[in-house]
Amino acid sequence: MLLVLVVVMALAFDFTNGFHDTGNAMATSIATGALSPRAAVAVSGTLNLIGAFLSLSVAATIASGLVNTHFVTLTVVAAGLAGGLAWNLVTWFFGIPSSSSQSLIGGVIGATLAAAGQQAVNWQGLVSKVLIPAAFAPVIAGAIAVVGTVLLYRVSRSVPPRARGHGFRIGQIGSAAMVSLAHGTNDAQKTMGIITLALVANGSLAAGSQAPTWVIVSCAVAISLGTYVGGWRVIRTLGKGLIDIEPPQGMAAQSSSAAAILLSTHFGYALSTTHVSAGSIIGTGVGRRGATVRWRVAGRMVSAWLFTLPVSGCIGALSYALAAGIGGLAGVLVLFAIVVAGSTALYLRSRRTAVHPGNVNAEWEGVLASDEDRDQPDAVAA
Amino acid sequence: MSEWVNLHALWQILVAGLICGAGLPTIFVLGLRALAMPAGERAAAQDSDRLVGGSRVGVVLAGLCFAVVTAGIVWGIYFIVAGT
Repeated sequence: MLLVLVVVMALAFDFTNGFHDTGNAMATSIATGALSPRAAVAVSGTLNLIGAFLSLSVAATIASGLVNTHFVTLTVVAAGLAGGLAWNLVTWFFGIPSSSSQSLIGGVIGATLAAAGQQAVNWQGLVSKVLIPAAFAPVIAGAIAVVGTVLLYRVSRSVPPRARGHGFRIGQIGSAAMVSLAHGTNDAQKTMGIITLALVANGSLAAGSQAPTWVIVSCAVAISLGTYVGGWRVIRTLGKGLIDIEPPQGMAAQSSSAAAILLSTHFGYALSTTHVSAGSIIGTGVGRRGATVRWRVAGRMVSAWLFTLPVSGCIGALSYALAAGIGGLAGVLVLFAIVVAGSTALYLRSRRTAVHPGNVNAEWEGVLASDEDRDQPDAVAA
Repeated sequence: MSEWVNLHALWQILVAGLICGAGLPTIFVLGLRALAMPAGERAAAQDSDRLVGGSRVGVVLAGLCFAVVTAGIVWGIYFIVAGT
């Protein structure tokens, strides 16, 4: 029963990972009209599904380099997931692009800290494998995007309008597709790893086993469903909030993201797709002369990034304290109930400033996607 | 310092990223430009807004460009499937 709760929470996290990251691949294509909002999430969802099945080597790597897995019990995993879920949902509510990977890592580390103390955490691994790459990721992606944007505008100047429009549309869709595929491969693995970790902690699986087929299938479905549902608030921030975007920029941004994500994985760093995508989008705004970059929105986003690990860690630690304090199955049940209640409340509150396919491309106002008042249905143009 | 930051790898990511992430799209757009090259002086004077200008050299060049881009994409997909 405890295991079932943990698996459900893990799949819920996977689902939030899906909708949080739809924008990373598709926001630019939606904002420029290369793909209609519904087509974009359908394509991205499908590619995430395919990508998730393509990930052939899955291990509990999310935790193994960072915490001593000896101390990881089912309650620790549940608490870690609660931390990750909470941060994912709160940042979604405000429409802030945030790294799902880091919120999960933070939650698990916080829970492990609460359970076993600081000697159970590999601090050097955390800094060198998570923090430092995270600091470099947006900068590198941004640099590539600046160069790409400058080149694309320069080279396409003499292409006739129809060819230019058609060509950039194809380029945008292709590069966005690559990002979706890469995301499905990388991110579904995280949850597969966590569930495998839970199975090992429960004794249902020997340590070091491959993920069972049902784990792969359920994670693939969860993340692609989440992608299809689409975190419209985050999509809106990425596509309209950071910069005003044109097709060449869209293609430059997504190509830069795809290259950065794939290359860093090749070199053994799992970068956050969110950090990379946001960095690329800002870079592409810098690269086009006369483009606006809304630095206030960007600043708000970067602050959220800095808070990700500490806050999800605290929530993970508190969740563990709560669940372990009550003890056993009851503790995790209470935690589960709180997570369900909190998520429902947040979702209902979000309806007041709902973002959906009809208004995702409306003119941007304010600093957060949750700022804009949508009580009047005809206040924004479709 | 070096055990905390692998600067060499980061540098490689930047350079390879520039080639693939900025270079490939540029080659794609060069292909578009080649494709749109008009067939000759008379066609150029007509200033048509067509997808494919008539120039045969242009089509060949464009094909070359798109082949390079496709190779890059195929490598990317192969790499995704093959894992780390």
